[in-house]
Amino acid sequence: MAKGIWIIAEQRGGTLRKISFELVSEGRRLADQSGQPLAAIVLGHQISEEAKKLAAYGAETLYMADAPELAVYTPEAYTAVLGELIKAHEPDIVLGGANQQGKELAARLAARLETGLAMDCVALRLEGGLLIAKRPLYAGKVYAEVVCETARPQMATCRPNVFSVLEPEVTRKAEVAAVSVTLKPEDLRTKLVEALADQSGKVDLTEATCIVSGGRGMKATENFEILEKLASVIGASVGASRSAVDAGWRPHSDQVGQTGKVVTPNLYIACGISGAIQHLAGMGSSKIIVAVNKDPDAPIFQKADYGIIGDLFEVVPILEEEFKKIMA
Amino acid sequence: MNLLTCIKQVPDTEAQIKIDSGGKGIQTSDIKWVMNPYDEFGVEEALRIKEKTGGKVTVIGVGPQRIVESLRTALAMGADEAIHVDDPAAEGGDALATARILAAAIKQVPFDLIFCGQRAVDDDNAQVGAALAELLQIPLLSVITKVEVSDDKTKVKVQRPVEGATWVLETPLPALITAQKGLNEPRYASLPGIMKAKKKPLATKKLGDLGLSPDQVGEAGSKVKIRALTPPPERKPGKVVEGETVLEKGSVLVKLLREEAKII
Repeated sequence: MAKGIWIIAEQRGGTLRKISFELVSEGRRLADQSGQPLAAIVLGHQISEEAKKLAAYGAETLYMADAPELAVYTPEAYTAVLGELIKAHEPDIVLGGANQQGKELAARLAARLETGLAMDCVALRLEGGLLIAKRPLYAGKVYAEVVCETARPQMATCRPNVFSVLEPEVTRKAEVAAVSVTLKPEDLRTKLVEALADQSGKVDLTEATCIVSGGRGMKATENFEILEKLASVIGASVGASRSAVDAGWRPHSDQVGQTGKVVTPNLYIACGISGAIQHLAGMGSSKIIVAVNKDPDAPIFQKADYGIIGDLFEVVPILEEEFKKIMA
Repeated sequence: MNLLTCIKQVPDTEAQIKIDSGGKGIQTSDIKWVMNPYDEFGVEEALRIKEKTGGKVTVIGVGPQRIVESLRTALAMGADEAIHVDDPAAEGGDALATARILAAAIKQVPFDLIFCGQRAVDDDNAQVGAALAELLQIPLLSVITKVEVSDDKTKVKVQRPVEGATWVLETPLPALITAQKGLNEPRYASLPGIMKAKKKPLATKKLGDLGLSPDQVGEAGSKVKIRALTPPPERKPGKVVEGETVLEKGSVLVKLLREEAKII
């Protein structure tokens, strides 16, 4: 019988990413509920010291796949290693991150294992040994509870910023198990030519804890500067509505909504965004929503926790000053 | 080059989504169906590559009769042929079940490069492209914003934005790419294009034509089952921040965020 809860940790450049700690924490909670052991798998090269950090969050076993070919992620090589390991040990549940790398990897891996994968989950629970996964559809216009009854492992990816991280206990230790890595030429067809670092220094919208977003009411590219200034005071990333992106004021990567990024920050400040349904879907699960809009009937106010009816060009600079005062 | 694009029909993103009486599906009576926006980027990119390198663009869709409209749209944009897998047993499948149908259809035609949307904006699954690449045992390039085919047409170089960076990846063909917004601006079908599309070949296939049995696909062949759909969590009613002046409103808001919402 399948046994054990596994999480696929994610590292980039030898450093574990935040999602790895969210995953191991959620894995720990499920392991405690079900009395199953918790293991974390780390793939990379010369990552053993970094990987040991996961023990403090409750991973009892660390499967370490260490090879030069795994230093840089590709879906084929990582799927090959994980596929073999999972077939050999038959864990009951495997969790990954619902970010760019994690979604791709989990999808290919689930197909290799011929099992079911619940993508981009916002809540997980156990019911009689079954993993019940809650995930948004239509960018959050409805939610689905999904389950994989027969195939194993039960797989799910967890949306970043949603699952809380446990307090680490440094006294906890994990057993380290080295994974033998044998890759075939066809696992290594894709090469990373280069990684172009994002020069903006801003946190990606999908991982941001604070977002200031602008819409049609911004009127022009250069006006986003006032949002950038506000954002820098509160450590936010700047996003945009589809209208602002389609007008060419902001890059596609800034778009929040059903055809853009689905975001879950603690604070979302919508400026000059009327609140088209496809935008509301993409930001509706933010913890606190603030709307600034001239039109008191704008649909965005239906979703907002706090609204200011007024001209954003007056309001935003004042917010910047007021935030500066209290952040000082 | 033989370029393939897989398409799906989805409710328009402006659509209100309401749960049906069975509690596991949505009400479809008032829905306007459109080609999944990310699939449009795939169709457009295939057409652009064909215009540069020559070859043929084939579009493939699995679904009920209504999907023919989207296949015809792709033909009107400039695709050469369409394949429609139309079989009631194909309905309601999870990602792997759907990918199995697409893989079976694709194995019957020559291919160098396959496009899928990076996700469909209905179930937001982002799995079919990856599963299809796995079933075909070809390299997978996900969420791509730039594609360059090498002059000798044996390799493809792409850009893949990830959190905080853009990866430039290269892989030999055949390969599968999932298209992201920013890849291109899809063209509109021209009137002559629409006229021509009516005469372009559109093959209809049943599961049996693809060597598949009903229990391998659709709901019967799916591992992931929906137990229930629920509306999104209710947000408690918000408040409009009052004040005599903009300055006062701003200062009240910031205070509320700190003291009431405890977010700053």
